[in-house]
Amino acid sequence: MIPETNTNFNPRLAARQRLGNIWQGVFLSSTIIALIFLIVLMLNIINSAFGLVVLENSIAPSELSEQPLESLDKAALVDILIDNISRNAGRKLERDQRFFADSLAFEGQDKWDEVCLRDEPPSGCSGAARSTSDVLVLVYERVVEQQVIETYPLWQSLTQGNEIRAQVAEEFPTATVEFWSWLDRNFITSPMSSDASLAGVRTAILGSLWVIVLTIIIAFPIGVGAAIYLQEYATDSVLSRIIQTNIDNLAGVPSILYGMLGLAIFARTLGYFTSGQFLGVGAENGRTIISAALTMSLLILPLIIINAQEALRAVPNSLRNAAYGVGATRWQMIWSHVLPYAMPGILTGTILAVSRAIGETAPLLVVGAATFLTSDPTGLFSKFTVMPIQIFNWTSRPQAEFRNIAAAAILVLLIILLTLNTTAVLLRNRFSSRR
Amino acid sequence: MVANKTAERPLTAKPVVSERASSGTGNLALDARDVHVFYGDFEAVKGISLPVHEKEITALIGPSGCGKSTLLRCFNRMNDVVSGVRIEGQILYKGQDIYASQVDPVAVRRRIGMVFQKANPFPKSIYKNVAWGAKINGFKGDMDALVEKSLRQAALWDEVKDKLHQSGLSLSGGQQQRLCIARTLAIEPDVILMDEPASALDPIATSKIEELMLELKENYTIVVVTHNMQQAARVSDRTALLWLGELVEYNDTQTIFTNPSQQKTEDYITGRHG
Repeated sequence: MIPETNTNFNPRLAARQRLGNIWQGVFLSSTIIALIFLIVLMLNIINSAFGLVVLENSIAPSELSEQPLESLDKAALVDILIDNISRNAGRKLERDQRFFADSLAFEGQDKWDEVCLRDEPPSGCSGAARSTSDVLVLVYERVVEQQVIETYPLWQSLTQGNEIRAQVAEEFPTATVEFWSWLDRNFITSPMSSDASLAGVRTAILGSLWVIVLTIIIAFPIGVGAAIYLQEYATDSVLSRIIQTNIDNLAGVPSILYGMLGLAIFARTLGYFTSGQFLGVGAENGRTIISAALTMSLLILPLIIINAQEALRAVPNSLRNAAYGVGATRWQMIWSHVLPYAMPGILTGTILAVSRAIGETAPLLVVGAATFLTSDPTGLFSKFTVMPIQIFNWTSRPQAEFRNIAAAAILVLLIILLTLNTTAVLLRNRFSSRR
Repeated sequence: MVANKTAERPLTAKPVVSERASSGTGNLALDARDVHVFYGDFEAVKGISLPVHEKEITALIGPSGCGKSTLLRCFNRMNDVVSGVRIEGQILYKGQDIYASQVDPVAVRRRIGMVFQKANPFPKSIYKNVAWGAKINGFKGDMDALVEKSLRQAALWDEVKDKLHQSGLSLSGGQQQRLCIARTLAIEPDVILMDEPASALDPIATSKIEELMLELKENYTIVVVTHNMQQAARVSDRTALLWLGELVEYNDTQTIFTNPSQQKTEDYITGRHG
């Protein structure tokens, strides 16, 4: 303890230090609260994505075949279909897509030829035959008719597993209880289905990837270009200030307004182009991937511009002077020194903006993302759906099992986000280390 | 500053530029004629005329804010990149006004290089620091040889020859400043402008920079801005004292420091002014 000897001062050191400690505690608890929210969110999602399910089959697979259905070949699976579904239903399936390339399963050859000679022959006449796994899915859907009667969250499944099993055995004697991970390989690779246990997110993942990659391709160069112009070239004038203020404000506009804009401009007014009709291919209207990507680009452009400007502002003027001092042109100075120096900051801003775009739902709903789509996007002019819309669609359904697959889809979305972010962070670190 | 000193000698008095300073023996590398610089409404340089002689070191001294750095930056049009700066008057380089409309400032800076107050190497390797300026200016010779020559001229070669591919920022402050000098030498300019090149360095690093300047004046014209009067006395051939944007006195260094013709000069160099 060093006593204060100067009577002009009253340091009250203990009180000052105490105040400092109180603030430190406040900040620490803020961090802890944020962390708790995050953990609760993750646990909640994981709790729904895994757990016990009670299953009941119309016909047990063991009654159909002595071997597991998965090991049967296509012919045997088709035989099961022939035995168990009505002839008309079978014909319909065959007209959609035939079972064998060289023979018919349900339809007579004469009738088939006649059907195929009609003005608008069904798709089964020209398309390829169904694969074995497609037929297996049909067997499950149409014959086994496995139904999820009840699902339990992970925590309950782990702590009360035996009680659940006992209760189920009493209430549904024919049902089986299984532990399911709703997030599995099939979930990732299957398209949308109205049956939660068969539904997957392939269409939505592909849709999200298409939209986001296109968005980056469109928004990154434009955003960085605009930032370079505003920061490095534009002189300080009334016009440039108006532009700057507007960009700052645009970053705060609610995303649904961008959706309205995208619908009006990209999907409707420019529908001839965004539908691909000007190339003679594509969709019947402008509610396509390219419209979605353009809308998303609009949404994140202000964010990218502002962040890139911030990064460019942080480049020390001494570096610009150094480049000018050895006889560099403005562009050589920007390209060789300013951009490399600012790139980590620009990339960080872009990561944030893109992360936002991946999670955006509202604008794409307005622009016309499909909520139920089973065909994969194949190009710029495909109809599309994206992960958040799929999740939104599933959570709004009444059946409990859709909430389970929604949780699984959220996990997939988080994994995609983390993967993209990690890639971007690695890229950024590469730039930083080259300084 | 001390305001009442202005009463002794009005600031509007004609600057004294001695005949020897303005005509000299050598040729003029640069010739500033009635240069005014405005930052918006503020006139930072108020009509200065200053001939700079070839293969000599010319020192610009004066208190902070007297416009000496601004004037220095006029010599290679570095003020052009600052927004809101207006320049009037002429600066002749080899008989050509570098502010003439057809002159590209990039060409000016390529011939009139600059070393800044704070060492500002590029955040790249030592080699690239030296080679970049030459590369963008279309250097056609042996780049490795040029880098070595420039680093040797800047008295840095022995210290960095084994780590040419390490970052320029890994060097010490004095080494960084010499790297910046090497970078400037690599574009083989005629004139080197130095804006307080040693103000952020310790005495040992400072003396190295000063030795270097004395060696370089064999081949280059150097204009140096300095706060350090001893430095001006040690290295420069001619010295100009600037005061609130005006040229007070310009003469050969020995005269300025031993027999100044202006009261203000004497006050300043003896430390009676700020």
